[in-house]
Amino acid sequence: MARYILINSFRGLLTIIFVSVVVFSLARLTGDPMDVLAPTDMSDEDQDALRALWGLDKPLLEQYVIFVQSAAEGDFGPSYLYRSETAAEVILDRLPASLYLGFVATILTIVVGVPLGILSAVKRGTIYDAIGRGFALFGQSVPEFWLGIVLIWVVAVQVGPIPTSGMGTWQSYILPSIVISIFGIAALLRLFRSAMLETLGTEYIKLARLKGLSEWRVVCKHALKPAAIAPLTFFGQLSVRMITGATVVEIVFSWPGVGLLAYEAANARDFPIVQALALFVAACVVVMNLMIDIAYAYIDPRVRLGEGTAS
Amino acid sequence: MSVPEITEGTGDAHISPRPNFWRNRFGRRRRLDRVPWIPIAIIFFLLLLPAIFADLIAVHDPLRGVLSDRLTPPVWEEGGSWTYPLGTDKLGRDILTRLIYGARISLAVSTITILVGLVIGSILGLAAGYFGGWIDWIVSWLVDTFFSLPGVLLALVIVAAIGPSFLTIVIILSVTIWAPFARQVRGETLSVREMDFIARAQVAGSSPMRILIRHVLPNVANTLIVMATLQVGVVIINESSLSFIGAGIPRPNPSWGVMVADGRDLMLVAWWISFFPGLAILLVVLSFNLTGDWLRDFLDPKMRQRQ
Repeated sequence: MARYILINSFRGLLTIIFVSVVVFSLARLTGDPMDVLAPTDMSDEDQDALRALWGLDKPLLEQYVIFVQSAAEGDFGPSYLYRSETAAEVILDRLPASLYLGFVATILTIVVGVPLGILSAVKRGTIYDAIGRGFALFGQSVPEFWLGIVLIWVVAVQVGPIPTSGMGTWQSYILPSIVISIFGIAALLRLFRSAMLETLGTEYIKLARLKGLSEWRVVCKHALKPAAIAPLTFFGQLSVRMITGATVVEIVFSWPGVGLLAYEAANARDFPIVQALALFVAACVVVMNLMIDIAYAYIDPRVRLGEGTAS
Repeated sequence: MSVPEITEGTGDAHISPRPNFWRNRFGRRRRLDRVPWIPIAIIFFLLLLPAIFADLIAVHDPLRGVLSDRLTPPVWEEGGSWTYPLGTDKLGRDILTRLIYGARISLAVSTITILVGLVIGSILGLAAGYFGGWIDWIVSWLVDTFFSLPGVLLALVIVAAIGPSFLTIVIILSVTIWAPFARQVRGETLSVREMDFIARAQVAGSSPMRILIRHVLPNVANTLIVMATLQVGVVIINESSLSFIGAGIPRPNPSWGVMVADGRDLMLVAWWISFFPGLAILLVVLSFNLTGDWLRDFLDPKMRQRQ
């Protein structure tokens, strides 16, 4: 088990290093951040001074070393866009907005997706199943940015003024969290439906029924537990998405989270923030995958003893 | 996977089961009932037909509008006219014409991207699954790594670097789309490799290349067809999302995502600018997903989701 965790951790570390190199090189390709950031009337000496301050005058390899050092120290260097703050501070400023929204959206996803999936499986072939599957199909096919715009429009025309942009009262969470969770609900619904159908067809469920247990107990106690393991991987992906912010949705709703920050930073060529964000996202994914792999290995000995990882 | 059929008396020691699109693994003709005709029709009339014959169908210029006709509503609304059936945008360009040319962009981007992803993903997946060892380790690691890349952020950075263009978006989408193909093909190759006919082919002296192409590839082909169909939806959504945030197809080209972005601030005044392109994306992606689900049931009954 220890060996398994060690190997997977090493793989994760390699991934993070790879992502850091890719993002670093890409960011350097984007051209001189001075073109975007420096005021047009800035003198050449001042520009050079600013370049020296940010280390842009040094050779690429040295810049990368400095970047790794600043990452190790945890501040990721000074932000170009927000002069007085480090990249880490800027991201930490914006993270809560994404986390709050992600939390609400996750709750919504689970509260709607799981019961609908179970209902769809238990009432297979009925109108409930048809509605559930229709919803799953819609959620997987609708472009989020368009759904957001249409919802804003419908609400503004039909319901009247509720906040449709920015972060404010609890009402401002309604639309963005619906849009973010719609894909998750669809995926969770599908996963739970097929997992439930599989367990409901097994012998021990038949035995539970023969014992005379109520349908409610059969479904909730005996079928749900094994069925809940299959969508485990998905919970990992879901939580990563919720932590790292949904860029497109945050742009549509002007939500001041890390997703919107990524958009602003990339457009402003704020290298430190772009690099820090990319590393942050990659690290979240790697850690989450590692936890899922360990969880699977814990649940299912075949994974850690046999070959490959669970997929 | 399918059971090798051994034909007696041919003397051919390594006959692999030859999956046939029209026959199932027991050699019976597959039934053509439950074909999703409506989704297929939507794909045909909303994507293929307009994309191929855009120049013949469209009446107006997709890039230049008549400013005096700007913000004309659709024909059934008050003030609409048959000249512009779905209305015009703020520059007086016909929405329907732009939708038709937009189909061309969606079709081109998704076709090229899927092909690139399919080829790269199959090669890496076949190699990883068949040879195992360090090749497998590297490919699996690459797949995991590409799944953890922050896609939107990288797209924004790349576009900032070399500017938005058709080629840029195709490269960005291709770079990420191969990973799911590779993962799936690797998994299937692992199980096909254990089949008897592969061992026989090895004994008969076939080279790994020949085994992979003649014996393994045909057995994963059905999966590839299903995956490619389902991934079209993913590519179209990703392309339009990137175009929407300005990191995809550059203006004034009529990508459906760009069109939604164009009408975003005018939703209360002219809802039709954003509404129709988004609806087109929804319908086309929905149709590809339905067709893909059906293909999966059709080609591999074992994978059928219980109905």
